[in-house]
Amino acid sequence: MNETLHLLAHVGGRAIAVPADAVESVVDISSIVKAPRAHPAVRGLAALRSRVVTVIDTWELLGLPAPEEGSCRAIITVVDGHHHAVLVDTLEDVAPLDVVAVPTGLSLGRRWAGITTGSAEREGEPLLVIDIARLVGSIVAAG
Amino acid sequence: MDDLLQEFIAETRETLGALSGEIVAWEADPADRARLDAIFRFVHTVKGSCGFLDLPRLARLSHAAEDVLQAVRSGERTPDPRLVSAVLAIIDRIGEIVEAIDAGAALDDSGEDLLLAVLDEKASSAPLKLVPTSNAGAAAPRQATRSIRLSVDLLDRMMNGVSEMVLARNELARRLRDSGDPTLENAIDRLSLTVSELRDTVTRTRMQAIESLFTALPRLVRDTAGALGKTVSLAIDGADVELDREMIELLRDPLVHIVRNAIDHGIEAPDERRRAGKPEAGRLTIAARQSGNRIIVEIADDGRGIDTARLVSKRIEQEPRRAGEFSALSERARLDLVFEPGLTTRDTVTATSGRGVGMDVVRTNVEQIGGTIRLHNVPGRGLTTTIEVPLTLAILSAVIIGAGEGRYAVPRQAVEEIVASKSAAVRIDMVGDAILATVRGRRLPVVRLGEVLGTADELGDMLMIVNLPGGSFALGVDSVDDTQELVVKPVAPAVMAAGLYAGQMLPDTGVPLLLLDCAGVAAAAGVSFDRVVEAEPEAAEPVAEGTPGLLFEALDGRRRIVPLSAVERIEAVQAESIREAGGRWWATARDGLVALIVAGGAPPRGGELAALMLPGADTATGYLARRAIDIVSFHDDLLPSNNPAVSGILVIEGEPIEVLDPAHLRPGRSDEKPAPICLLQGPDTAWMEAMLSPLIEAAGYRIARTLAPGEEAAVTLAAGDDVPAGGQVVRFDRDPETGWPLVDSYALASALTIGAAR
Repeated sequence: MNETLHLLAHVGGRAIAVPADAVESVVDISSIVKAPRAHPAVRGLAALRSRVVTVIDTWELLGLPAPEEGSCRAIITVVDGHHHAVLVDTLEDVAPLDVVAVPTGLSLGRRWAGITTGSAEREGEPLLVIDIARLVGSIVAAG
Repeated sequence: MDDLLQEFIAETRETLGALSGEIVAWEADPADRARLDAIFRFVHTVKGSCGFLDLPRLARLSHAAEDVLQAVRSGERTPDPRLVSAVLAIIDRIGEIVEAIDAGAALDDSGEDLLLAVLDEKASSAPLKLVPTSNAGAAAPRQATRSIRLSVDLLDRMMNGVSEMVLARNELARRLRDSGDPTLENAIDRLSLTVSELRDTVTRTRMQAIESLFTALPRLVRDTAGALGKTVSLAIDGADVELDREMIELLRDPLVHIVRNAIDHGIEAPDERRRAGKPEAGRLTIAARQSGNRIIVEIADDGRGIDTARLVSKRIEQEPRRAGEFSALSERARLDLVFEPGLTTRDTVTATSGRGVGMDVVRTNVEQIGGTIRLHNVPGRGLTTTIEVPLTLAILSAVIIGAGEGRYAVPRQAVEEIVASKSAAVRIDMVGDAILATVRGRRLPVVRLGEVLGTADELGDMLMIVNLPGGSFALGVDSVDDTQELVVKPVAPAVMAAGLYAGQMLPDTGVPLLLLDCAGVAAAAGVSFDRVVEAEPEAAEPVAEGTPGLLFEALDGRRRIVPLSAVERIEAVQAESIREAGGRWWATARDGLVALIVAGGAPPRGGELAALMLPGADTATGYLARRAIDIVSFHDDLLPSNNPAVSGILVIEGEPIEVLDPAHLRPGRSDEKPAPICLLQGPDTAWMEAMLSPLIEAAGYRIARTLAPGEEAAVTLAAGDDVPAGGQVVRFDRDPETGWPLVDSYALASALTIGAAR
């Protein structure tokens, strides 16, 4: 068994796991300043102590319906020296996971395929392991 | 220069400290190559800096040591103990001199020749007796160091810490206000003040004026130009722009390279420039300015520019297989070939450039620090290289504005003026689909920030006049709230993609602010400024430059021109205020009473007139005209005129226009004698006047062809058979073949001298 620590979360009702070393912290984002004309998946900017973070609308980025009650839970990650807050429905736990390959024949969809590095299982629920840097990077790649 | 010297001293002292171990090790094992190299590098660096800082003694010592060490490195000499001691003695001496410079003390140089002699192999092989170091060094006590070197990383961490502290303070202050305990307020105020001061200090530690980069340039330009036999005048602008210390260091090499290139490749040799109709001295302009969180350094020369066709053929020569690809390139892509590795348009290597290590390295260096480099090439007229580097930790004075619900920051430097859009000084018109603002007669395109951001369609209550490199525009915003000095940080690529933002800031409120990129906002609104416009005025041929003249409508309704240099300013004069007194006309103008020169009788009775104010008169004096029309440029090849008050006739749109002679606009003063008259008699006077007038006028004469009643000629130039009118007479003969007059210039000159003395 080769287990590594992962942060467990839900986005659009789907369970995801993010390797803990890619996560700087988890926070509640309170107020967001809009950045008009930026990419639609950019909610805006928020202050996190003395840092300004770019808030990522994960649902928009993954083509999922946004939750009815706006969530403010976010995973803070640093990509290319910039702090990003990746919004999620809920944050559950940090747990060691045994990551295996995604079951063959399963079509995750274009958006998910590019950011998934593997899968795991926890309490019977299947999880996709997400490369959060790629998730953030896909904004710019998508143009 | 002082800064550089201090830096040199600090650096040398530091290296000497580090080197002392190496020196000892080398002494123990002179064959140790690594130690030798370290010492060689030190001596070499000192030599380079000395030449630059003009320290001949140090240069001499280090040069000699370098030569010897080079010989050892190449195996020409063996590092025997004698040689090692000699080199060490020189290094010690360098240390002493550096300390003496720092202390400002004089140091006796008696021992130095001996030191150098010892280095010389051919010197007597007598056993080495080390020259005792003079105790002058000891007499100059080493000054306590007042500076230390810090890693920028450490400063970054300090800066972050201070920023956190500011926010913590704000939070604390907010809670305190809620709790309503007044006794703590004093304490928190003091804390606030201290934190602010601390933040300022920490911020400044990272910043340095770009001047420290520019101070070396005049010398560099002079030496480079001198070595190439060219003359170059250098203009530097914006030396007070501050940027990150680290950035300054990283900019140094690219800048030096570009300047050298401009002088070597760009600016032509003096005779070539003369042939091209340019002034012999080349012009090199280096300007720095801050634009948002970028620093822009522009290096512009007025040389021959880049011959892109030549670049292409050179590349094809190097890589014939890609010939088709190269020939198909656009002009811009051709220009970019400059940045390809290994390219040189020089056929021969010079001391200055042409080694093929060039612009590719410059571009790599600039891009490594997150910058860009652009070329603006006008073949035959010059090249402008623009380096743009980010100012990641720039403190920016920002104007905070509101648009819709959001608040944004605009670099204050870019804002020229802020006016209320409903102010009387502002007029807003729809022109086609565009909005045009006229602010005190100046027309500016209007950009509605709300529309660009997609938040609102209204113009907004305030107009900010924003200056961009190519022009200005008016930015309509809802409100202007505040100005603040803030740290600019780069925005994430996903936000940058909007093309509207230059950075993000976090003011004390804890609510992030986006810094607008004014050029991006203008571009998003479709407002663009053509950079070519800026370069255009220089495109006029230098020879075509004429004398600027003021075209005006004279009292008789005819248009006339007076050289612009003869008019100081133009005053509006009401005709009703014109009165006659003491034989002169007077008018009341803005600054009081003005004496008037009224050509052709009495001034008109009504309406507004213009007084062309003449410089240099004791009493404010104006030449009365109906109105000023335009400023025109005219050449000296005017058609001749018979009226002495008119220096010539200029033809504009088919209409002959008199160009007034400024000398005749001067108000005559009673104590001043009128210029003596030189009378030209005979049918060929037009020719004579054209040929001789410079000589005659220079002698203080007025040229006339006929005498008015009461006038008397001081000198008369007469053809052989004419009857001279009087005064000194100079007769001229006619060439028997062509019939042209022949004037004895010597006789004329002496007649003028005698005539003037009368």
